[in-house]
Amino acid sequence: MRIALIGQPNCGKSTLFNQVAGYKAETGNFSGTTVTFTESKVRVLGDVINVVDLPGTYSLAGTNPAEREVIKYLTSNAVDVVINVLDASHLSYGLAMTVELLELDVPIVVALNMMDEADRLGIRVDVEKLKEFIGAPVIPMIASKGRGIQPLFVTAYHVGQEKKLPIQPSYSADLERYLKSLMHDLKGISSHLNKREVAIKLLEGDQEILADVLQQKPDVEQNLETYRKSLKVDRGQSPEWVINSERIGLADKLAKQVIQQGKRKVTFRDKLDDILLHPVFGYVFLVLILFGFFQLVYSIGGVLEDPLMGLFGKVEVWVLSLFANDKGLIPEIAVALVQGVSGGVAIVLPYLVPFLLGLGLLEDVGYLPRVAFLMDALMHKLGLHGKSIVPFILGFGCNVPAIMSTRILEDKRERFISAALSTMVPCAARLAVVFGLVAYYLGPVLALGIYLFDLFVIALTAKLLSKFVPDESPGLILEMPVYRIPTFRTVASKAWWRIREFIVEAWPLLIVGSVVLSVLNYLNVSVYLNALARPLSWLLGLPNQVGVPLIFGVLRKELSLVMLGQALGSMDFDMVLTPVQMITYAVFVVFYVPCLATMLVIKKELGTKMMWQIVVLTILVATLAGLAARGFAMIIF
Amino acid sequence: MNLLDLPKGKSAKVIDYRGGRNVDCKLRQLGISPGRMVKVLRYAPLGGPLMLDVEGRSVALGRGIAARVQVEVSQ
Repeated sequence: MRIALIGQPNCGKSTLFNQVAGYKAETGNFSGTTVTFTESKVRVLGDVINVVDLPGTYSLAGTNPAEREVIKYLTSNAVDVVINVLDASHLSYGLAMTVELLELDVPIVVALNMMDEADRLGIRVDVEKLKEFIGAPVIPMIASKGRGIQPLFVTAYHVGQEKKLPIQPSYSADLERYLKSLMHDLKGISSHLNKREVAIKLLEGDQEILADVLQQKPDVEQNLETYRKSLKVDRGQSPEWVINSERIGLADKLAKQVIQQGKRKVTFRDKLDDILLHPVFGYVFLVLILFGFFQLVYSIGGVLEDPLMGLFGKVEVWVLSLFANDKGLIPEIAVALVQGVSGGVAIVLPYLVPFLLGLGLLEDVGYLPRVAFLMDALMHKLGLHGKSIVPFILGFGCNVPAIMSTRILEDKRERFISAALSTMVPCAARLAVVFGLVAYYLGPVLALGIYLFDLFVIALTAKLLSKFVPDESPGLILEMPVYRIPTFRTVASKAWWRIREFIVEAWPLLIVGSVVLSVLNYLNVSVYLNALARPLSWLLGLPNQVGVPLIFGVLRKELSLVMLGQALGSMDFDMVLTPVQMITYAVFVVFYVPCLATMLVIKKELGTKMMWQIVVLTILVATLAGLAARGFAMIIF
Repeated sequence: MNLLDLPKGKSAKVIDYRGGRNVDCKLRQLGISPGRMVKVLRYAPLGGPLMLDVEGRSVALGRGIAARVQVEVSQ
């Protein structure tokens, strides 16, 4: 048996899923799309069933790919029963989608979540009455506290076995008349949707369903146009608007009949926005919260990174000793393998894990949408939206979670620009280069200067990119969820999902890349690599030998410092490089091509094409920034 | 009048809006539809978005969109 969870964003659906799902849950894509779902096996009444967590959608109108896939999936034979999670504290909104689900005519159980929140707001829901109206079980619950979950799944199990169908919603008489006529015209049509739903979707103007129907029965089109036109004349509004208002009207009516509004308890949480979104203090808190978050993650990462790197250093020495320190291809590859593994364990994971836990926490508390609210005006000046600030902040630790976090942006353009820009944010590894080279030899003021210069270049690039890729989205429309105290389980499993993606998809390639480069190194191609990079190193006034460290630096950015020392034959950089060269090199390293792990995440999140676009863009920006830095450094030295 | 003309803290009834199919759809999903009561809770500074109360739920709208939402102050 398979149970599908469906609900609107912020209804607690994922909390519910995480309460029942094991860590063996699998994520998958609907074929041919980037829309993902998560599936887990759950034991109910001694039977093992599949529970699918579908993406949160506000409606099933089919205006975006997620909604389309959800409808297709729900009406396919794959699902036996649907659990519709509703936020009891905002019942009428959730019910609008319930009405759409009822139309689909599939077995359904309503999970009335956040009963505690509703209670706080003085809302009493008459569960029995709601059950009667929709003809399906309604189970009150509090997912975050694990309450009501057992009865919910037991009920869903029974409904799924009996295939008990809910009551179909009926609309105003005039609309019903059109539907009836249309259903008559649709005789003999086959679809994954029931006939009434096909009629509703056709009236709504759904192009995909229309194409499917016309292929089977082309003469439907004429009558359909007549119905749509006369409905528009009758109601003075477009048919899709009419149908949507009918649904909302029905949901409102239902909600009014089952809700008793009592006295609302005003608590600290209601006042929180007055402080956190205050025109002045809001920004003070924003800086404090983000600084604290960053500082915490950074120090945890630092504490973990050093001993881990030390450990892997020992492993490397040990591996080399196995080969009696002889310099063949095999030991070279063995060391590369160790380095590939250590790159993941010692450099990425120490930052990635605390980052993702912290991000999940900020997300689940409900603070991230507030950041977007506060930053929207400022980001608009760069041609971006408020939500794009999140990847930037994350980028300072590691670009990998930064790229992952671009998922919170719906728009593809917005995602591309944010991803491209966040790869230019100096991550912890590049910090090592800036500090090891510039701060150590030339003083911390110049290192800080490089950071400020970096921010300036990012802003400039943002401005230029938004000129080339014009903004089509009309502006911010974002729900500000109520502040909540998140459960550890939800935050932890969310972080685990993202970490697992990195481990499974990016890491193996990181190891392979490491091996490939070691083979190149063994074949002594450094001459060719340096020659390949010569136009660049010449342009930037850098020594010939920087080709190798720059190319290998793609693997791990901090390698570009260690290998620079190896290539130049000295770790005392002030002996082999001029101050101008140090600054130019550091600036170029900060901007050019994101590291391999980041590239792989970009490829996964945004596709191969965008990955290469970002690579080319960053080389271009790095060269220009390097030239600017060179010119500036020549003036001061 | 449109939403931007609505003083902070005052309630009004949504009459109509035209922002293109996707915007209309999103607004509707967030409960902003003709007949519903909304209240402006706060404005973000420097021309930033405004925050609305839509029957107990908070929704942030960019000013460009807010300007296209027609409202009417109920007596």
